[in-house]
Amino acid sequence: MQNEKITYVTAKRGLFSINFSELWSYRDLAWLFVKRDLVNSYKQTVLGPIWIIINPLLSTTVFTVIFGVIAGIPTDGTPQFLFYMSGNILWSFFSNCFNRASSTFLGNARIFGKVYFPRLIMPISGIMYNLVNYLLQTVVFVAMIIIYSFLGANVHPNAIILLTPVLVIQTALLGTGMGLIVSSITTKYRDLTILVSFGVSLLMYITPVVYPVSKVSESYRWLLLLNPVAPIVETYRYAFLGNGTLVWMYLGISMAVTAVILFLGIIVFNQVEKNFIDTV
Amino acid sequence: MIDLDKDCVIKTEDLTKEYRLGVIGSGTLRRDLQSWYAKRTGREDPNRRIGAKNYEKGDTFLALDGMNIEIKRGERIGIIGANGAGKSTFLKLLARVTSPTAGSIAFRGRIASMLEVGTGFHGELTGRENIYLNGAILGMNRDEVSSKIDEIISFSECEKFIDTPVKRYSSGMFVKLAFSVAAHLDAEILIMDEVLAVGDMKFQQKCIKKMRELAETENRTVLYVSHNMNTIQDLCSRCIVLDQGKKIYDGSVDEAIRYYLGGDKDEFFSYDYNDDEFREPVRRNDVNLINAKYNGRTTNLFTDDEKMPLELTWKNLADVNNLCLRVEVYDARRYPVTSFIIEDFYSGKKGEVNSQRFELDITNITRGRYYTRYVLYNRLSDTSPYEDIDITKGLMFRKQMNDTTSCHWQSTWGSVVLGKAELK
Repeated sequence: MQNEKITYVTAKRGLFSINFSELWSYRDLAWLFVKRDLVNSYKQTVLGPIWIIINPLLSTTVFTVIFGVIAGIPTDGTPQFLFYMSGNILWSFFSNCFNRASSTFLGNARIFGKVYFPRLIMPISGIMYNLVNYLLQTVVFVAMIIIYSFLGANVHPNAIILLTPVLVIQTALLGTGMGLIVSSITTKYRDLTILVSFGVSLLMYITPVVYPVSKVSESYRWLLLLNPVAPIVETYRYAFLGNGTLVWMYLGISMAVTAVILFLGIIVFNQVEKNFIDTV
Repeated sequence: MIDLDKDCVIKTEDLTKEYRLGVIGSGTLRRDLQSWYAKRTGREDPNRRIGAKNYEKGDTFLALDGMNIEIKRGERIGIIGANGAGKSTFLKLLARVTSPTAGSIAFRGRIASMLEVGTGFHGELTGRENIYLNGAILGMNRDEVSSKIDEIISFSECEKFIDTPVKRYSSGMFVKLAFSVAAHLDAEILIMDEVLAVGDMKFQQKCIKKMRELAETENRTVLYVSHNMNTIQDLCSRCIVLDQGKKIYDGSVDEAIRYYLGGDKDEFFSYDYNDDEFREPVRRNDVNLINAKYNGRTTNLFTDDEKMPLELTWKNLADVNNLCLRVEVYDARRYPVTSFIIEDFYSGKKGEVNSQRFELDITNITRGRYYTRYVLYNRLSDTSPYEDIDITKGLMFRKQMNDTTSCHWQSTWGSVVLGKAELK
């Protein structure tokens, strides 16, 4: 039986035209891209996928030594290792989502130039790939929390943990939304890539990843919390470790900003998508 | 919105694709700002390439210019044309890789595009994993691929290597696997851009057979772009000729190929070679052909066992000894059919103009349209090698046969009828 569905292609396209049923029909593809990336990352390595876990442990150790031991930034009584790990896991999830989304056009120009599938599949599979990594790391993180609790450390996981899925999804959407905007602009201006990778590492320092919000002076704290990533990281840490400040207002603002950025990202992406292959 | 008839699978209306000429931006923000600032302050753009033609804004190039095409279910369409005629642009628009500047397309069902062999194949994955990935890229879901995977693997002839990463495949195996996936898709429309050229002859034949089968038994529609007229003739049921973004012919394959390759001097029965347009360069240009004609005729059409009365007139640019002539005969696809060789028929002094009549027996050449090439050659002494001293395009001729055995001659049976075979 032949498929009788008629598709129309015209020069003009709506501002926000996403064909969700089409996206859904390509779900297998998104998953296969995830699988491809997983295989590709760890083929011909000695430790294989164990790297997903070793990586954050190593960088958390570095953070602990540099910011905790050498710089002596206080962590409000929470074990330094857990403090840095919580920030580090969520931050790397954010920045990985951002990086994947921002290379959507340039990184896939070859395949996009030869075959059609909904372009949004690429950033979506990026989110899924990073989510897999994030979940594995979270398992280790939770294990560490349990170990530390047994040792009688000052950690207090609480009911806000139930909010974690929302925080994680918000992080993914924020990172991806920003990435889509950057990706669309880099089809014309390649040098933005350099600027942006610099900007992201700078953004980490105005996000409470390596220091608690309480250490920022009251008068500037609101400015810090206007950074949409900051309340997410702070809430996340509060949920798992009982450390930090949870201000619903800033979290709400962050969600609103996420929604706006994602919306903008998709609109720009949609417009660039149709002809970028002619200029890239 | 386009109305799509019931048996119609693709329809385009005034399909146009425009590209901007010249450099579009410099690619860096700094330079674009520099250029923008220079323009504003009325200075010369520091980023303009010296000597480059300064394309003004609005200089454009129409890669596709108002194309209207209707394609019916089960048709096998060949698309031919010179480089830059718009063939690939047309396929890209159909494949939705880029979108049209104006006009619209409507199509029924799914399109699977193969604009390149093995798009999306990943070296680290095994053949089997790549089949799934490639199938998904082309729009199949997991179950559809699973139900066809055995067929795909056996068609690809790569059973032995199917669980090896494809980065270790030879390029031939790679092509075979990639093509097999595309050929087994459930898509209603299959579009391909010269992808068969890479496989070996045997595999090409197999693919063509498979595609014909898809079209004939399952009513799939195939669009194929190629420069290889043989493949087009084997595969297609209808052919479109493009030129400078426009459709210039749409109809039967033979006519289309003739239209595309033919053209010059088609109906001549006599021709004066005044300039060098139809002359190929040779190292030692001792003679120049100045006229060729079919003596005593007013047409280039020959019937049954008529012989060809060729008369050539040439001028000696040097002393010529033992001049020889080869008349090469090509079929409509420009594949060589046969040659006539006449040796040592003339010697003469520099400056002389001479004519010679030949009677060429073309009885065994079957019906169809033929192109010729005249090669005059000789050798300076008995021990030196033969050298071409003048090569020109020849007059074409058409051959008609009154016995109506078959229309398969030339297209599939060949161009030469051999003598009788006897029962023993």
